[in-house]
Amino acid sequence: MSDHTVKAYDDDLGRLKTMLAQMGGLAEEQLARAMDALSRRDTQLADLIIADDAKIDALELAIEERSVTTIAKRQPMASDLREVMSAIRISSDLERIGDLAKNLAKRTHAMSDSLPRQIITGLKRMSTLAQEQLQDVLDAYTRKDAARALEVWRSDEEIDALYNSVFRELLTYMMEDPRTIGLCAHLLFAAKNLERIGDHTTNIAENVYYLVHGKLIGEERPKKDVTSITAIDPR
Amino acid sequence: MDSSAPRLGNAVLTPPEPIILQERPIKIKSRHVTVHYGAKQAIHDLDIDIPDRAVSSFIGPSGCGKSTFLRCINRMNDTIPIARVEGKIEIEGQDIYDKSLDVVQLRARVGMVFQKPNPFPKSIFENVAYGPRIHGLASSKNEHEEIVVTSLKRAGLFEEVKDRLSAPGTGLSGGQQQRLCIARAISVNPEVILMDEPCSALDPIATARIEELIDDLRQNFCIVIVTHSMQQAARVSQLTAFFHLGNLVEVGDTDAIFTNPQEKRTQDYITGRFG
Repeated sequence: MSDHTVKAYDDDLGRLKTMLAQMGGLAEEQLARAMDALSRRDTQLADLIIADDAKIDALELAIEERSVTTIAKRQPMASDLREVMSAIRISSDLERIGDLAKNLAKRTHAMSDSLPRQIITGLKRMSTLAQEQLQDVLDAYTRKDAARALEVWRSDEEIDALYNSVFRELLTYMMEDPRTIGLCAHLLFAAKNLERIGDHTTNIAENVYYLVHGKLIGEERPKKDVTSITAIDPR
Repeated sequence: MDSSAPRLGNAVLTPPEPIILQERPIKIKSRHVTVHYGAKQAIHDLDIDIPDRAVSSFIGPSGCGKSTFLRCINRMNDTIPIARVEGKIEIEGQDIYDKSLDVVQLRARVGMVFQKPNPFPKSIFENVAYGPRIHGLASSKNEHEEIVVTSLKRAGLFEEVKDRLSAPGTGLSGGQQQRLCIARAISVNPEVILMDEPCSALDPIATARIEELIDDLRQNFCIVIVTHSMQQAARVSQLTAFFHLGNLVEVGDTDAIFTNPQEKRTQDYITGRFG
C-alpha cells in the first residue's frame, strides 16, 4: 500500500509491526526451548526460559503503549485502524503463549529421572504441531496472507485430536501404575498448556483474517477437544 | 425498566439500537446528475439515495464535487450563471428541477447552513422570525414568538440568549452564531437541512455542541452535511458518501466506510494516503 502523506505515521505503524514480529519470534523460541527443557529435564534451561518471559511481557506493554499513542495522535481509520487493533489483540495472545511456555518450563522441576520415554512422545508431537502452527500464523501476519491464516485456524483440530489421545494415554499410565500419578498430573497440565497455545494461535489467525478482510471469519471453528467430557471407568 | 431485557447481575443488558439505513424511507433521490461550470464538468452521472431522518455526510478532497452536489439539492447553483445541472433530483418523488416548481418554496423545504456563520445584521429575534414571516407561517405576534422560542430551543441556544433577544445576532460568539443560523434554518419547518462544513470555523467545544445538535435534529429532519473532518463524518453520520474528481466513488453505512471501505480510493483517502 502507498505511503501516508504524513511520513511519521508510516513510522508509527512500521514500528508496531516490527515489535510484534519480535514478540512472535520470542514466543516461538520460548515454546521450542520449553519443550526441549521439559523432555531433557534440563532445569538450568528451564530457569532461563522463566526469566526470559519478562522480555515478552515488556514487548506487550510497549506495543500497547505505542498503539494507544498512535490512536490518540493519528485517529487511524479503515486498514490502519485494523492494523492497530490487531496489533493489540495479537500481542495479548502472544503474551499468553509466552506465559504458557513459561509454565511448561516450570514443570521441568517436577519431572523425575524415571520419566518413561514414551510418555513424553505424544507431548512432543503436540508441541511440534503447536510450533508449526504458531510459525505459520506469524508468517501469515507478516505477509497479510488471510488464506494461510484460515488454514491455521482450521487445522487447530489436529492439536485437539492429539490432546485427546495424550489425555487418554496419561490416564492409562496412571491406572496402570499409581506411582506415576504425580508425574502424569504435571504432564496433563503440560498437554493442556499446549492445547491452549493452539487456541491462542487460532485467535491470532482470526485477527490476521480480520486485518486483511475487515470482517470476522464467518464459520464455526471445528473443535475436537473432548477431554472435558472424557471419563474413565475404573473397573 | 424493560423487564424482558437480559440481565447480568444488576446490570440490564440492552444493546444500542442499530440504525438500519435500508429500512429508512428515501428522502432524496438523485439519478444521472451531471453538473458543468462552463466547460468544466464538476459532477459525473451521480446516482445516490439519501435516507430520511438520518445524517448523511459527503466527504472527499477539495474540488471533488461534494459541495457542488449539496448545492444542487436546494438549487443554489441556479444563482451561478455558468452552472448547468442535468439529470434528476427528487425529494419525496417530486422533481425539484421541474419548471413549474417554486424555488423559494423549495428552499423553505430545504434549509441550508454555511461554513461561516452568516446571521442577518438584525436582532437575534429577527434572525429567526424573518423566515416564518416571509413564508407567512405565523398569523399573530404570539405565534411568531412561539416559533422563535421553539426554534431557538431546538437549536440549543435559547437558554443562552433568552434575556437578550433584541441584541444583534452578529454579537454572539461563533458557535452561538452558527446555532442561530441553524435555528433560522429550522424556523420555517424544513424537511431537509443541508450543512456545508458547519463546524470548520468553530473551536472544538462549539463543534461538539453543533454535533450534539445535529444528532438531536436527525430525529425530525433529513440532514446532509459536507465535512472535511473525517472524524466528524464518522461521529455524526449514519451514511457516508465519498466523492473524488466529480465522481461518487463509494457510498454506504458510515460504520462500514470507516472500518472496511471497499474501494481503494476511499481507503487511501480516509487513511490519509492522498488528498
